[in-house]
Amino acid sequence: MRPLTTILSLLLLLPGIAGYGKVLRTGRGEQFEKITQALLAAQPHDTIIVQAGTYKEGNIVITKPVSLLGKKYPVIDGEKKFENISVKADSVLIDGFRIINSGTSSIVDYAGVRICNRHFVTISNNILEDCFFGIYSQYGVNCTISGNKLAAHQVEEQQSGNGIHCWKSDSLKIIGNTVSGHRDGIYFEFVTNSVIWRNVSHHNMRYGLHFMFSNSDMYAANVFENNGAGVAVMFSNHVKMFHNYFRENWGDAAYGLLLKEISDSYIDGNCFDRNTSGIFLEGVSRVEMYRNLFKENGWGLKIQASCMEIVLKENNFVSNTFDVGTNGSLVLNTFTNNYWDKYEGYDLNRNKIGDVPYRPVSMYSIIVEKNPPAMILFRSLITSLMDRSEKVLPSLTPENLKDPNPLMKPVKL
Amino acid sequence: MKKIIKYILLDIVRNKIVLAYTGILLAISFTVFGLEDNTQKGMLTLLNLVLFIVPLVCVIFSTIYIYNSSEFVELLLSQPIKRKSIWLSLYTGLAGALALSFLAGVGIPLLLYDRSATGITLLIMGMFLSIIFVAIAMLASVGTRDKARGIGLSIMLWLYFALVFDGIVLFLLFQFADYPIEKAMVGVSALNPVDLARIMVLLKMDVSALMGYTGAIFKDFFGTQQGILVSMVVMAIWATAPLLLSLRKFNRKDL
Repeated sequence: MRPLTTILSLLLLLPGIAGYGKVLRTGRGEQFEKITQALLAAQPHDTIIVQAGTYKEGNIVITKPVSLLGKKYPVIDGEKKFENISVKADSVLIDGFRIINSGTSSIVDYAGVRICNRHFVTISNNILEDCFFGIYSQYGVNCTISGNKLAAHQVEEQQSGNGIHCWKSDSLKIIGNTVSGHRDGIYFEFVTNSVIWRNVSHHNMRYGLHFMFSNSDMYAANVFENNGAGVAVMFSNHVKMFHNYFRENWGDAAYGLLLKEISDSYIDGNCFDRNTSGIFLEGVSRVEMYRNLFKENGWGLKIQASCMEIVLKENNFVSNTFDVGTNGSLVLNTFTNNYWDKYEGYDLNRNKIGDVPYRPVSMYSIIVEKNPPAMILFRSLITSLMDRSEKVLPSLTPENLKDPNPLMKPVKL
Repeated sequence: MKKIIKYILLDIVRNKIVLAYTGILLAISFTVFGLEDNTQKGMLTLLNLVLFIVPLVCVIFSTIYIYNSSEFVELLLSQPIKRKSIWLSLYTGLAGALALSFLAGVGIPLLLYDRSATGITLLIMGMFLSIIFVAIAMLASVGTRDKARGIGLSIMLWLYFALVFDGIVLFLLFQFADYPIEKAMVGVSALNPVDLARIMVLLKMDVSALMGYTGAIFKDFFGTQQGILVSMVVMAIWATAPLLLSLRKFNRKDL
């Protein structure tokens, strides 16, 4: 009886003893003047609250698991010389800072915040302005990067780093960030089992999202708008792309979504709106694309002959200049039950599926593919005559690229 | 001159064919917008209408009208009126009436259903094409007294601008595919008012596709304020040059 009560009362007291660290206040007229001083004095699991003000302390290195909380966005200025914060401990939290002017170099990748080889680091609700790299995770595991706003204003691609740069990391959560003006908005290389959710990446110089050698990741409900070259997903497998918006990526080398050497992936419920090419696929295999919307793109889909076993089902193609473009006659992909607004067939048995197949590749799209200046003749009488005759007797367009069951009404998304 | 213009204008506006033309334009435009749930598809049909039907009707109607009014013109010539003012009032009357019926036939539905930049461009280009093809008809009909030959010539001219010219351009594009001809293409397009009108509309309608590499050159030229101004000037030249040529011929013509 008695030992039991002792143990129970000890258990009740335990969180009070071990769970709470000290609170260290930093700022003018507070306990510590500088963040580095507070960090020196802090014990593991202490909390450092930083008051508003400007802190120019060179490179702040965090070597203990502490929480750094900013009040009213205290400014951490790298003076264009230093890396602002380097995290070299597990379980660090950095929240509510304004991190500006990190160093710029062509040899060292200076970042606003760098996570070096650590677990369970959280970088949340910060504002990063004019940093070379924004948030840099190398060998980060189980880290969270959420609610940050990153903006840079460089003009040259070489002078700017990536917004959120993740390299050889695992199980990251990138949630609700806004990135603009960087080289790549979000950059993934050798990152696995991670999720990119509800971010906005716009007006970046190169790609909104750049994805290399990163397997088993998911990105969902993001907005990629007006980036120099759209979004690139390359050399990866088991990637899930759900409910993203790809908008206004214009230019000959700009794609809503560029897929290169991708396999075993899913692209569902995305919206491709006003891109020069909605999706460009090269060397892609075993990808399923369901219920996407392609709207007002130059080319809805550019599918190279090197792709195989791609399934396109229940997608809506609306007001695209060309629905599908291709570069060869070999077709190893399946198109079925899509809605094409250019479909001119009929539905006699009223099962809402057109009775004649739809061929989404128009002859003129092939001519333009071979000879781009021919675009100047688009929609002239001669080209529409050629398109018509091609529909009756296909000669240039691939015979097998067709949707045997085109829908009469758009899929409700 | 004003009196003659007024007389011709009233005569044409009351003409059954022009009334039917206006009516058909109205009917087509309203059906197109009424049937399609997607206004862009409607715009596409209207674009074809503007690029092919409008020039055809304008050029043929004007040619026939000029031949039919040859006695009226001779009567006027016996009066102390300058040849120039007779010919110019004939042109003004025809161009004014046909542009007006286009404005009524396509403009009203367009302004009701789709007041986008594409719609406005289409309307302006349609007006220009109406006027230009009246001028071309004047040129075609001044050369010969034979009505059949005159009409034949104007149909040939229409065919050239609507179809043959593009065929030649396509041929050249493939012959010179290895050379950087994008910039030259911009110049070539100025040689055909139908092409110029089409490109102006295309820049609004298919902007995503035109933003490709070569497309960007077209966009950089035609899409800028300067480019639009240049295109408008070229269209205006197309509306006046055939007219001035025909006027020269008419002045020297032995009637």
